[in-house]
Amino acid sequence: MTDASTTPPRPASQSREIWQQFRTHKGAMFGLIVLGFLIIAVLIGPYLWVPENLTVAEAIRIRNQGPSWRFPLGTDQLGRDMLYRMLMAGRVSLAVGLVAMLIAIVFGTFIGIMAGYFRRLDSPLMRLTDMFLALPLIPLLLVMVMLFRDRIANMIGPELGAFTLIVFAIGITSWMATARIVRGEVLTLKEREYVLAARSIGARPNRIIRRHILPNVVSPVMVAATLGVAEAIITESVLSFLGLGFPPDFPTWGRLLFDGLQYMQVYPERVVWPGLAISLTVLSVNYIGDGLRDALDPRIRGR
Amino acid sequence: MLTFTLRRLLLAIPTLLVISLVIFLLVDLAPGSPMSDIPLTVPPDVRQRMIEALGADQPVFVRYVLWLRQFFWVEPAFLIDGWFGTTLSEGEQRILSWQSRSPVFTIIGQRLPQTLTVIGTAYLVGILIALPIGIYSAYRQYSLFDQGGTLFAMIGFSVPTFFSGTLFIIIFAVWLGWFPTKYNTQLDVVDWATFWEQIRQMALPVMTLGLANAAAISRYMRSSMLDNMTMDYVRTARAKGLSERTVVLKHVLRNSLIPVVTVIALGIPSIFGGAIITENLFGVNGIGAALIGAIHASDLPMVQTLAFIFAVLIVLFNLIADILYGLLDPRIRYD
Amino acid sequence: MKLKTALLGAVAVLGLAPAAFAERGADGEVRLTFPQAVSIVNPYLSGGTKDILAAAMVLEPLAVVDPDGVLVPRLAVEIPTMENGGISEDMTSITWKLQPGLLWSDGTAVTADDAVFTWQYCTHPEGGCSQATKFEGVASVEAVDPSTIKVTFDGPKPNPYTAFVSGLSPLLQKAQFEACIGAAAPTCTDANNMPIGTGPFMVTGFAVNDTVSMTANPNFRDPAKPAFATAVIKGGGDAEGSARAVMETGEFDYAWNTQIPPDSQAAMTAAGKGQFVVAFGTLVERIEMNLTNPSPDLPEGERSTVKHPHPILSDIRVRTALSKAIDRSILVEIGYGAGGKPTCNVIPAPEAWASDNTACLTQDLEGAKALLEEAGWTDTDGDGVRDRDGVKLSLLYQTTVNPIRQDFQALIKDWWSEIGVETELKAIDPGVFFGGDPGSPDTFQKFYADVEMYANNSDSPDPETYLAQYLCANIPSPETQWQGENINRFCDPAYDALHAELTGTTDIAQRQDIAKRLNDMVTKDSMVVVPLVHRGTLSAHSNTLGGVRINAWDMETWNVADWFRVK
Repeated sequence: MTDASTTPPRPASQSREIWQQFRTHKGAMFGLIVLGFLIIAVLIGPYLWVPENLTVAEAIRIRNQGPSWRFPLGTDQLGRDMLYRMLMAGRVSLAVGLVAMLIAIVFGTFIGIMAGYFRRLDSPLMRLTDMFLALPLIPLLLVMVMLFRDRIANMIGPELGAFTLIVFAIGITSWMATARIVRGEVLTLKEREYVLAARSIGARPNRIIRRHILPNVVSPVMVAATLGVAEAIITESVLSFLGLGFPPDFPTWGRLLFDGLQYMQVYPERVVWPGLAISLTVLSVNYIGDGLRDALDPRIRGR
Repeated sequence: MLTFTLRRLLLAIPTLLVISLVIFLLVDLAPGSPMSDIPLTVPPDVRQRMIEALGADQPVFVRYVLWLRQFFWVEPAFLIDGWFGTTLSEGEQRILSWQSRSPVFTIIGQRLPQTLTVIGTAYLVGILIALPIGIYSAYRQYSLFDQGGTLFAMIGFSVPTFFSGTLFIIIFAVWLGWFPTKYNTQLDVVDWATFWEQIRQMALPVMTLGLANAAAISRYMRSSMLDNMTMDYVRTARAKGLSERTVVLKHVLRNSLIPVVTVIALGIPSIFGGAIITENLFGVNGIGAALIGAIHASDLPMVQTLAFIFAVLIVLFNLIADILYGLLDPRIRYD
Repeated sequence: MKLKTALLGAVAVLGLAPAAFAERGADGEVRLTFPQAVSIVNPYLSGGTKDILAAAMVLEPLAVVDPDGVLVPRLAVEIPTMENGGISEDMTSITWKLQPGLLWSDGTAVTADDAVFTWQYCTHPEGGCSQATKFEGVASVEAVDPSTIKVTFDGPKPNPYTAFVSGLSPLLQKAQFEACIGAAAPTCTDANNMPIGTGPFMVTGFAVNDTVSMTANPNFRDPAKPAFATAVIKGGGDAEGSARAVMETGEFDYAWNTQIPPDSQAAMTAAGKGQFVVAFGTLVERIEMNLTNPSPDLPEGERSTVKHPHPILSDIRVRTALSKAIDRSILVEIGYGAGGKPTCNVIPAPEAWASDNTACLTQDLEGAKALLEEAGWTDTDGDGVRDRDGVKLSLLYQTTVNPIRQDFQALIKDWWSEIGVETELKAIDPGVFFGGDPGSPDTFQKFYADVEMYANNSDSPDPETYLAQYLCANIPSPETQWQGENINRFCDPAYDALHAELTGTTDIAQRQDIAKRLNDMVTKDSMVVVPLVHRGTLSAHSNTLGGVRINAWDMETWNVADWFRVK
């Protein structure tokens, strides 16, 4: 709204136009760059920063060190290189956070639109949502571990199996809020003049939803997505307490944060690194969401 | 609206029955045993006899029907006895926790006050902080205030309560020594001194939870306001010469409240559900702590009862949210 | 450690002098905090130590065990022995004399009938008494006269100090619990939460899993005690929070079970408000080796059963190598600090019962490698992992979710990888791991892993029942619903025979000798159990709280009557 004065020369296609608008959004570009940097860092970082191969006896002697040239982020209570652990942890946490968030918001948005738009579906879908909201989370997760962990691990290997189970578990237990919020929005949207107009000229529900409803629920969905990433990263660390997560020697940001907690007074940096990484991720997803919403809003884009 | 409400209330009964059955089966299926806290020095045959004494070895449907009867007949009868001195529930077995052998509703009664005061206050504080921040952030989008609000919100929800809570303890209790770290549930507020004591012990948990709640709600408020700020009716209202205050607070706000109402309605049952981590951290020992303790101890009657009450509240508040939608936006019709 | 114990002793001695002049209730309130809250104050229905700690402030047994493992009379006049005629010649009965003039906190007299009732209460088949082992082998308990209790056993009992000894087995008041026997036991909420006792305190308020409020018992037998007028036990939170509330903020006087990382222990002690105290019982953190094959390729019902011996761990040389690769002193340094010491024994204490087995204390990576070579495990494909006949030397190592255990897993995995053993780690929710649910694959009894780590202890200084867990008959299997304590599936007729000898032996020195041999059979001789750390219970108390004598053989609150405020 403030600095969107540069009008694009010729609107070629809608997606291009959205991108043009998106680029003018400083926050969004900042978010994109930070998130991109984090993703690249965790993908190729562990190849560039290979930790020294120390025996246990050697590692123990250099434990709990502060940042230095040798260990830019210090070492942990067992003398492991924190930078390497942060990078490895980021792979899991970013993947889990983003994928689980996508599952939750896609599924939640779908249920919300179906329930809000089609009156017949409203009641059964919302009662289903109520049920999922009411189910106690931990027994649900424990049952999932008991029933599926070994089977999935046999099918696609332990690590990928763990990832699938975690992402699925987080996704399936966090779509409800999105669904209810989207439904609430759709209930008012579908009574708006332009939707009524579209319906009166015989537009199919499919088209109305895609052209008129979906773009207008983007903003709450974006907020839900931002919240979802943070929640998924944290939830992953909770899952590992139930034996649902990755093997215990597999670091994740959530787990590093939790492990660092008991050392908070003695070695505060131990919680600062993972906390910073999570906050940066969430902040960048939020700004990307902001930019995307502005870019998708034709009233802003036009100006 | 009235017929809609009535119909929904009637429909809620079978829904809740199904939910209660699903919860029961789920909790029963979950691995773990009420004996997992017992030291390993207690031999297996003694454990077996303890399980039998709890009735935990009965078939699952027998236990479910027993629970239904206790929940819908014995407990209300007991309540009525308490009020009118009748003897309806005499000789009946109330729902007993496996872990503590105390009646589940007695435990809930002990824990409800601190849950409502601490978690409820935190939620209220959260809303009271979030709404003005959200509204003003949206009104002055990308201003310094908005950027600050965004940062506050991001920190609020990317930092889990186990982290912020511990941080607050270290700063405000250990270093500064302002507040206690453990909540005294037995404190009776009778005078100014005890009232002040209550405020002090509520400070840390309320801060921790309020921050988390405010963060999420303010984001929804802001985004929804932003959507409406650019609507034609706002331009019309401004063109008519209405004051900025009226435009923003009457027209835009009212139309922006639907997602916020949803979020708040989703949140209110969770006040009852408590805040597991925060309660544990500060020793508030409300319903959330009871639920998590019961889950870890596989205390099925306790988990089942709490989860079911929670389900009732969820269904109820979602209904209230639906009614509020209709009031906020008269175009929404349910029939 | 030694210094701390010595200082503690000094404090206790100094403390006794002023306490003798003190009067009951002069010192105000004593505040305790437990990481797990108290659920019930009846030890016979309790779920764990947290409850019994609270109960021990209210209910008392005939005798307690002091920090040195010595029996001390409580409600009894003296400890019955063969010499004073309290134990019959054939060792089939023991006779206790109650102190004269004992009163319950409601003012009624304590009689032998209360003891008889307590026995009936705990042995009722429908009662689900959690301390039933205390009355195992007891044929009858009789009241010879109002102050004489005779416990008769169904055979000679070399260790007759089980029933009514220690905080696990106190006297209940017959009048209060009479209607609560058998199936009615759990329904007596008031009695279970506010039992009438003879102890220094009585419960005045009880919030389940939260707070126990107590006041001094007006009828306590020592008119000068307790020094505190009231006591509060607040539960909930974690070890960190409890320790902080004593050591840093000073909100509480005593915190039980505050096992936190050594670095944090040091930092909190530096705050100068309190101190950590530790008591070593028999708790040993150990790695258990699975002697049967847990492979998921086997059909369900045959996994981890004696039908299939373990393809790798059946070889004692591999087990020995795995133990040799571990440096136990580093484990202690990282995980427990003052709260632990390295050990090679399953029974590390009391000293008279502990074997002098120290061979495992020095790490020997080269020796471990040599043993593996000897057993035919060599790294043929050069990937750093040894193999034999196309099978990799790869193990699944499971334990519960717990930060210290995860550190141990990581360290041991690294050591094992240094000798060419690949390790896959797994951490399981403790409720599931110890829950024993036959439907879950993750219980410690089912042992669907190659090695697993947890801690276990003997509940009395005499380890006879504790050592019984390695008998052949105790092997868990699908037929027994996976119940059984011999989780290694260790089976040695010589062990069974020697244990039977222990059961029949009455001479204490001989018993100790046999116990040491049994300990060696499962540890250094066979390496089936690989002990790591002898763990103590680490508790914290404020510098203003005097009289604390932490006790591993009985409840830590055993001498709460002697606690006082240091002024």
